[in-house]
Amino acid sequence: MGNRRPPDRDVAPVVQRVRIRYARRGRLRFSSHRDFQRALERGIRRAGLPIAFSAGFSPHPKISYANSAPTGAASEAEYAEIGLTAAWDPEDVRAALDSALPPGLDVVDAVEAHTSDFAQRLEASHWRIELVDVELPVAQAARDAFWAADRIEVQRMAKSGLRTFDAREPVAHLQVDPASPAPCVILHSVVRHVTVTVRPDDVLAALRRVADLEPPVPPRVTRLAQGPLDEATCTVGDPFAPDRRG
Amino acid sequence: MSATVSERLNARASLRAGRDVGASHFDRLEPLLARISKPIQYVGGEVNSVVKDWEDASVRWALMYPDAYEVGAPNQGVQILYEVLNGREDVLAERTYAVWPDLEELMREHGVPQFTVDGHRAVGDFDVLGLSFATELGYTNMLNALDLAGIPVHAADRVGDEPLVIAGGHAAFNPEPIADFLDAAVLGDGEEAVLLITGIIAEWKRQGRPGGREELLLRLARTGSIYVPHFYDVQYLPDGRIQRVAPNRSDVPWRVSKHTLMDLDEWSYPKAPLVPLAETVHERMSVEIFRGCTRGCRFCQAGMITRPVRERSITGVAEIVEGGLKATGFEEVGLLSLSSADHSEIADIARNLADRYEDSQTSLSLPSTRVDAFNVDLANELSRNGRRSGLTFAPEGGSERMRRVINKQVTEEDLIRTVTTAYAAGWRHVKLYFMCGLPTETDDDVLQIASMAKEVIKAGREASGRRDIKCTVSIGGFVPKPHTPFQWASQLDHESTDARLAKLKDAIRSDREYGKAIGLRYHDGKPGIVEGLLSRGDRRVGRVIEHAWRAGARFDGWSEHFSFDRWMECAQSALTDEGVDVDWFTTRQRDRTEVLPWEHLDSGLDSDWLWDDWQDALEEIAVDDCRWTPCFDCGVCDQMDTHIQVGPTGVTELPMPGIGVPSCAAPLATTKHSEAMQSEATRSTTTQDAPKTNGG
Repeated sequence: MGNRRPPDRDVAPVVQRVRIRYARRGRLRFSSHRDFQRALERGIRRAGLPIAFSAGFSPHPKISYANSAPTGAASEAEYAEIGLTAAWDPEDVRAALDSALPPGLDVVDAVEAHTSDFAQRLEASHWRIELVDVELPVAQAARDAFWAADRIEVQRMAKSGLRTFDAREPVAHLQVDPASPAPCVILHSVVRHVTVTVRPDDVLAALRRVADLEPPVPPRVTRLAQGPLDEATCTVGDPFAPDRRG
Repeated sequence: MSATVSERLNARASLRAGRDVGASHFDRLEPLLARISKPIQYVGGEVNSVVKDWEDASVRWALMYPDAYEVGAPNQGVQILYEVLNGREDVLAERTYAVWPDLEELMREHGVPQFTVDGHRAVGDFDVLGLSFATELGYTNMLNALDLAGIPVHAADRVGDEPLVIAGGHAAFNPEPIADFLDAAVLGDGEEAVLLITGIIAEWKRQGRPGGREELLLRLARTGSIYVPHFYDVQYLPDGRIQRVAPNRSDVPWRVSKHTLMDLDEWSYPKAPLVPLAETVHERMSVEIFRGCTRGCRFCQAGMITRPVRERSITGVAEIVEGGLKATGFEEVGLLSLSSADHSEIADIARNLADRYEDSQTSLSLPSTRVDAFNVDLANELSRNGRRSGLTFAPEGGSERMRRVINKQVTEEDLIRTVTTAYAAGWRHVKLYFMCGLPTETDDDVLQIASMAKEVIKAGREASGRRDIKCTVSIGGFVPKPHTPFQWASQLDHESTDARLAKLKDAIRSDREYGKAIGLRYHDGKPGIVEGLLSRGDRRVGRVIEHAWRAGARFDGWSEHFSFDRWMECAQSALTDEGVDVDWFTTRQRDRTEVLPWEHLDSGLDSDWLWDDWQDALEEIAVDDCRWTPCFDCGVCDQMDTHIQVGPTGVTELPMPGIGVPSCAAPLATTKHSEAMQSEATRSTTTQDAPKTNGG
């Protein structure tokens, strides 16, 4: 009597995995990854998607997430994969989820998963960094100083304590947009995903370190893309491409 | 502290920074959000939130739960009023919460006003700021919000088109300590009250605001159910007691009565609860299955002021659950009330809902503190598939004698039988709630909590055959509350409370056999003294609150922000000339002839009945529940022309519609922006979210 076992409920198997790309826009860029997880799980229920659950006393919905952008950064390229117990047209999944989530958490693309190495395909991120009230030549000089350096050590507070790491090497590309609308300067940066993820904040810390670049207002940051890195052109490709080929 | 925002001239105008009334201030807030913790709580945009056009509304409400978003957002009262008001085409309601000190500092530095999270509109632009006070510890947060909004904190200084500041919620049953800061207070259920107020404001505005603010307040006061402190004067006796509270003009009533909603099924709210993005204290959808309680626990203000019992029917409950789950996607439903297992149809409700949602990964919870086997049956039913972790019971008093004093009719035998059933059914962890500092209590009464807990573990080990079972004892300090039989009682001083709890702790810890299986949770007695001061205070306490706020008091319900010493210093400086002090308001026992500060506010309870019940308590005489036994003449039904409204309705089976979540149905081609899809609500509460015992 005392030992209750998890119920032998029929756990419906996963028959389809759908990968979604979603955006975190506007004011909802302030949602954390955990905030998004809760929102997505509830959105899936509102949308009536046939989501699969794990077995046991406290079943969890079968959802896995790729590396998420930091709280406060907007993103056009966040990824998750959901396991379904019935096959749906991926476009129907996208539309249903998009309408169930609040504006600002927008599901922009979906494919059925045909491959297994999705996480490895997210090799790099393309970030857009908007600095307000910074002069173009000042930003350009800072970028050049950054680029000329071999190594720029920055620090960040992690769960395990203060970490020191190199913020220069993983940056494959850093460019000041010459057509930036004054009084803004727009930086484009392509960063490889390495063990210690270099975030836009770290790039900014490195710019401060090498060139005293100190924007008066917190910069607005957006991840524009995540995916395979083309080393020759320093561009980030579409991680769904192999799945689209089916 | 230098001049606060509201003391500067034209504070609201300067905070508006040149924008139109009702315009969004989000662009000014946004840069600040990158510099603070948990910015998501300030951005709004929750599923089922509503932003209406400013110009389309004739009356505009800012609703505030005066605590942090994580506590305020799930509050049922505010959510219901939000829906009721926004359900009216010409009414607009938005929400605002207390901002944490990190954001407050930046808002003051950059001149950003207190804002609503829906439209990020300045609170000072609204017609009404309605505050729901579940606890008195939100008073300083109200003053801070007023100041950040650029609204003068004293009602007497509000002479123009500032919002009407109106308080509701349980603490508003004695609004005297905040009377100087309020334009009005509403007692009781809010659904109809907010619409009554809305109608009066709309009419007055339509007529071109005749007589200004004074005339509007007068129209509210004349209803007899809206308290406008400005029209009542308090006179004191030389010894500091109140001589009388009387209207200062002939056309307002002597007493103000509470609002009582009689048919809960007609008010099926919330239909589309908010789904916060930020993590909150209650991650679930709540359904109020009945309002009121007639168990007659003498310490319980909620039970006394929400009489009579009014049940929602089984079909009414099921409709709200079904609609709410569809609208929110929540994984858990809480069936709330002051004593949920007492609903006349609860067994059928539990069984039917458990059947309906069995395969949908939806869990059901029923916060009930009843100590009997039926309660365990219900909990078993609701956790058919889930893990049986913790089950809560509330004997409230440690000794049999104590329980007779407070009228909680549970014997130790009942408790042991109940927990044995629970452990045998697979529950691993039993939580027991008690209070410390009850009237007539001695050390021995509290020490009996330890022996009870040991018996619980002993019985549990026998019933389950395991040694890994646990029991947690949670203790709340008792605070005497207005409109209860204990309103005359002396509150136990914090030193004695702490000493008693220390003895209890020793008695539990020193036991080798059972000590490790028993957890003990309690708070020190100091916050309870401040709560006691604010609960039973009169208008003179307003100055204490203001001093404390000016000295930096905020978020008094949070131990990391609460400072007892600051409160005591401020009380001393504010009460110097009054001949009364904190002890006078808290640890002093009142006698029958004393005029209590809230006596002109009518909760329906007859004061002779309350006094007799207080005398019965002292003589350790219990009274039964009037749901099942004849009326005890507490006065509510007679005076308010109400009656107990319970089932059963005769419906025992609910249809099983295709509501399985998740389903395999084809997705609906819906458009985004849930903001437009508000249900056509017509009317409005101020119930508390979770059943709360006194002092909890």
